[in-house]
Amino acid sequence: MSDFNSSFWSNYVAIVSLVGILACLVLLWVTARKKSVGNADNTTGHVWDEDLREMNNPLPLWWVGLFVITIIFGLSYLFLYPGLGSYAGSKGWSSKAEYDLEVSEANAAVAPLYARFDAMSVEEVANDPQAHAIGERLFMNNCAQCHGSDGQGSKGYPNLTDGDWLHGGSPDKIKETITLGRVGNMPPMALAVGTPDDVRNVAHYVLSLSGSPHDSLKAGFGKPKFGACAACHGIDGKGNQTVGAPNLTDKIWLHGWGEQAIVAMVNHGKQNVMPAQKDRLSASQIHVLTSYVWSFSNHSDK
Amino acid sequence: MSNDSSFLYASGPKIYPRTVQGIYAYWRWLGVFVTQLIFYGLPWLEWGQRQAVLFDLGARRFYIFGLVLYPQDFIYLTGLLVVSALSLFLFTAVAGRLWCGYACPQTVYSELFMYIERKIEGDRTARMRLDDSEWTLEKGVKKVYKHIVWLGLAIWTGFTFVGYFTPIHELGMEFFQTRMGSWEVFWVFFYGFATYGNAGFMREQVCKYMCPYARFQSAMFDHDTLIVTYDTKRGEPRGHRPHSVALADTSLGACVDCNLCVQVCPTGIDIRDGLQYECIGCGACADVCNGVMDKMGYSQGLVRYTTQNAINHGWSTTVMLKRFFRPRVVVYTVILWTLIIVLGFSLVLRTPLKVDVVKDRSMPRISQTGEIENVYRLQIMNATEETQELHIKVRGLDGVKIETEDHFEVGPAMSRWVAVRVGVPFGSLNEGSHQIWFDIENEDANMHVTEASVFLVPR
Repeated sequence: MSDFNSSFWSNYVAIVSLVGILACLVLLWVTARKKSVGNADNTTGHVWDEDLREMNNPLPLWWVGLFVITIIFGLSYLFLYPGLGSYAGSKGWSSKAEYDLEVSEANAAVAPLYARFDAMSVEEVANDPQAHAIGERLFMNNCAQCHGSDGQGSKGYPNLTDGDWLHGGSPDKIKETITLGRVGNMPPMALAVGTPDDVRNVAHYVLSLSGSPHDSLKAGFGKPKFGACAACHGIDGKGNQTVGAPNLTDKIWLHGWGEQAIVAMVNHGKQNVMPAQKDRLSASQIHVLTSYVWSFSNHSDK
Repeated sequence: MSNDSSFLYASGPKIYPRTVQGIYAYWRWLGVFVTQLIFYGLPWLEWGQRQAVLFDLGARRFYIFGLVLYPQDFIYLTGLLVVSALSLFLFTAVAGRLWCGYACPQTVYSELFMYIERKIEGDRTARMRLDDSEWTLEKGVKKVYKHIVWLGLAIWTGFTFVGYFTPIHELGMEFFQTRMGSWEVFWVFFYGFATYGNAGFMREQVCKYMCPYARFQSAMFDHDTLIVTYDTKRGEPRGHRPHSVALADTSLGACVDCNLCVQVCPTGIDIRDGLQYECIGCGACADVCNGVMDKMGYSQGLVRYTTQNAINHGWSTTVMLKRFFRPRVVVYTVILWTLIIVLGFSLVLRTPLKVDVVKDRSMPRISQTGEIENVYRLQIMNATEETQELHIKVRGLDGVKIETEDHFEVGPAMSRWVAVRVGVPFGSLNEGSHQIWFDIENEDANMHVTEASVFLVPR
């Protein structure tokens, strides 16, 4: 009901509801008595279609009781639960509170299961088949939408299986990434690099770092301009996991490969977000999930 | 009559059905025993390591002897309901309200509750006298005793009902240790209360005022439907007569007007007034009348199962029964048996393995080894109670292959999502969407499922 500025509609709905219920009661009372026409043959005296007569067979008394019970039920319900305009009900019930309660109950129910994994290191959990099955389900439900069901990602969404990490691939770092999320920020660098030609030259230099096809003349011109990039990506272009700057010397191109893609990246920059999971998953779930993700690039054959 | 206003609702008179013996009562008790042996007994049967019939709502697994059904198998329930509905049509067209008279839970539990009542309070006249009498210690003891036994049966019924959804052995332990879950408590007592109320108090009121089937079953009657009928031609004029006078020597019909047919009627009607919507077709009046006819030395069947046509035309039983093969009945029978056979075959021949293929929404990838890759998720549902080792193959395109693990294990009655990556050599396909098929087979090669999906090649 917070959709409305005034309480008018809330009151309107409440009054219509109450008047409706009371009107039912009045209707029941008024129609329960009828002037009997007084036919000796126990008919009501109504005749339709020439010869169809209505027998006067009274409904059983408990039927009235049922009507009264529905009215009492309706009024009690509106007193106890939300329904009467914006009135919250005396029990203070809400679907969100019920959901939270069910989640906490479910968490309590699986807590003993997770307790075993909590006591183990990420590496140990990775070797546990039951934890692997749980991790698989958690991954499918929470991570696969972006990173792919096989964990190999796609353009813009990092591949988790290739051993290349933007923010570090140790169990602790993976857990930190899942828990708190990450923001990868590549600022627009065109001004710092120089003219559009300079940008193109830098792009060729970047391609040369990984031994990708490039124009070596342009790369040579671009090399001195790379200084602007080195702050994050390092003098050697190997990146810096503390700021999430990718390694430019390997053949992994998260946001696209080739001169055009690199020029666009330098000119416009990029902000890429991994959302934090700490409010959606429990610490124990994240622990199991960490080991599942970790095991993508750390195969230890069971 | 008076011209003042009257209340449109009234309490109906309480009905005290007299106990009755005879062929139809025998069949009804058989109906009671068969249905209740199944209802009360089934949850206690074991099948391997588990309850034979268990509807596990929490885990969404429905066990019926060797079958494990998933919510995806809902079609079988639909089929069962269609079969039930058609059976109702067929039985009603042939012999009226057979369901009501012999198998309906309302009849069955009323019969059980009335049996208890009769054992404690006596038969019709004794019960009427007891209800009319002043409150005495004896009356109090009888009433309390009756209600205790009724409540016991009712709660046992509720307990059994819940036992179909919660393992009944554990439920029994919980029940006696008073540590049942709140939903279990609610359903045991709610179902028990409904049984107590409906079978102990409401009885014929349920049939007369609440039951929709009771009302629409008469729409399935025709003039060749067997119904419990009083033979007016033979019975009228009714009247008392000395036992010694032969029927031929009186001007009266066969009906001695003993009123027993009214006294035994569970819905309190007089069958001699003709077919009425209250009649549940239980045949109690036919049973009791046959006894009277025997005593009088008249032939049985003054009140009997017969058809309107047979009465009107004076048909013999053979002629009457020939009308059984009328189009309506034949059509119902053919449809019913077709459905039962189709349903039976589909259950017997079903593969207890289900697979759904869901393609990842992400764009296809081009791998470093020069292949176009699509990722799929296969939801594999194992409807057997053994662990299944499954192999997945893909076909439909040149050079198509699964690049990830293609061998999975799915636990008993478990479902599992698995991810597979499918690759096709770069340049071997035009851009666009291409049909592929996944073949999933178990180790013993006795279960095989094929699921179609598409392989996308980006522009």
